[in-house]
Amino acid sequence: MATVTASARTHRAGRARPAIRHRLTGIAWGTVAWFLTIIFFFPVFWMILTSFKPESAAYSNPPQFAFHPTLSEYKQVFSAGMGPFLANSAIATVCSVLLVLALATPAAYALSMRPIARWRDALFFFISTKMLPVVAAIVPIYLAVRDIGMLDSIPTLIVLYTAMNLPIAVWMMRSFFLEVPGEMLEAARIDGADLRHELTEVVLPTVAPGLAATALICAIFAWNEFFFALNLTSIRAATMPVFLVGFVTSEGLYWAKLAAAATLASVPVLVAGWIAQRQLVRGLSMGAIK
Amino acid sequence: MATVTADKTVHLPGARGQERRTSESWLRRIPLLPALLFTILITQIPFLLTIYYSLQSWNIAKPGSPHWVGLNNYGAVFSDPVFYGALLHTIEITFGSVLIATLLGLALALLLDRKFLGRGLARTLLISPFLIMPAAAALLWKTTMLDPVFGIVNWVIGWFGFAPVDFTTSQPLASVIATVVWQWTPFEMLILLAGLQSQPRDVLEASRVDGASAWSTFRELTLPHLRSYLELGVLLGAIYVVNTFDAIYMITQGGPGTATTNLPFYIYQRAFEGFDIGQAAALGVVTVVGTIIVATIALRTVFQLFIENEARA
Repeated sequence: MATVTASARTHRAGRARPAIRHRLTGIAWGTVAWFLTIIFFFPVFWMILTSFKPESAAYSNPPQFAFHPTLSEYKQVFSAGMGPFLANSAIATVCSVLLVLALATPAAYALSMRPIARWRDALFFFISTKMLPVVAAIVPIYLAVRDIGMLDSIPTLIVLYTAMNLPIAVWMMRSFFLEVPGEMLEAARIDGADLRHELTEVVLPTVAPGLAATALICAIFAWNEFFFALNLTSIRAATMPVFLVGFVTSEGLYWAKLAAAATLASVPVLVAGWIAQRQLVRGLSMGAIK
Repeated sequence: MATVTADKTVHLPGARGQERRTSESWLRRIPLLPALLFTILITQIPFLLTIYYSLQSWNIAKPGSPHWVGLNNYGAVFSDPVFYGALLHTIEITFGSVLIATLLGLALALLLDRKFLGRGLARTLLISPFLIMPAAAALLWKTTMLDPVFGIVNWVIGWFGFAPVDFTTSQPLASVIATVVWQWTPFEMLILLAGLQSQPRDVLEASRVDGASAWSTFRELTLPHLRSYLELGVLLGAIYVVNTFDAIYMITQGGPGTATTNLPFYIYQRAFEGFDIGQAAALGVVTVVGTIIVATIALRTVFQLFIENEARA
């Protein structure tokens, strides 16, 4: 309480006291933030930790934090034939993302920079398809795919993942096109650039980060997709989520192995998301948030 | 049409200009067409076919070809108690998960909006649950987190003297919701954090200088500013969470009994375990009609938000 009288006398001390209090509340809230962060991240940490455990250490009460790390669970996951599933996921993801960008970019251009008549209706239509539950269409899709002999094939997944991501991509790309400064286009036109040059030299370089962000979001959704993969593939075209299901049923629930498989399935998206955090926000809001 | 008659008086050049304009407007539509046709073909045609199949009696596991039964499948759907249960669970999972995830996301966003040591790292760790493959997340929660003997959650509640709980059988709906909340909280957090960070700092500073308490600043300035971000986060979250399938398939298989069967899982069961095409299709149509009613309201709001945002930008 001595500080109270002191602070009344000098201005400097009067300012220092709230500053210290301010810093203390800052530290307190920071501690709360870290406490919650640790709780939220814990399951991920535990998944990675468990994947390096021998199976015996995975099942213990209380849980074991210290153990001799081993890579044997990863080896077993690979020898259980994970390779082809990983490859299928990669092919389906990459191809569908490329197809999405090829379709969405021109469409978004037509809906933004030189908007066609009734562009609002078109935009509305795209987003409305995202609102309809996928499950409601699974019956005819399954029958159609079966009748044309395309069950258990990667191209089927590519087409469906493209349709699934296209509305998101159109909306996102549109928001990036809208950001291209009009003066830049004006300047290019005055310099005599035709439409092709205008697109390749002005527009595309400006929206390139947007293309990357769109690709990231579409890749995440395609990589993680489970419903179509479960119902339309069996052996040849099955992807990672389907591998996890089969793995659990054929091998029984061995936690360390499960954790290793889950880690491998999640790591590509996890790392990509960590690196591209800024684009993530924009992508998730379909371009509404800059 | 008025322009055409007007053009006639100015002779040929005007008419040609009109023609050029029509062909140009078609030229400008061309970039849109591939995406539009693709989307119509892959997403709209199947829905039309769903309506057709819903009027047929057809079980692909039984002999006999499909035949017309009119609205019988719909009668079966509306007299099926499992359907009403699935409808209720869909609503419970969607509302429960989105509400809790949004509140948690708001709390985390408010915390991350302040400067503290290692804020960037905390943010990186916090978005991780959203990036884990949902099928993998569901399996991990079912086993390493919620297992009655070796699960972490039971270990933790043991510190406080609680007896272990077999969550996935005694609290199946809560188990599913917990997993979904864990995955979608980061999503809500990111959107709300973006909202908080777009707040003009000088306004907040002014309110602080005026002697307003932190709570009244939050209620009178921050919350109104966050409104459109909250709406956006809730709506987008709901669009995805209403289709929850992975968590239910992996954790409870819709059980015990039908305690966690939601509409997506029920349609899946009718189609791929019951092989009843007609009934699954009827369920699909009913789901779509229900979704359209809710979605039209939601869509209008989302659309409003986007256009507002653009107007502001």
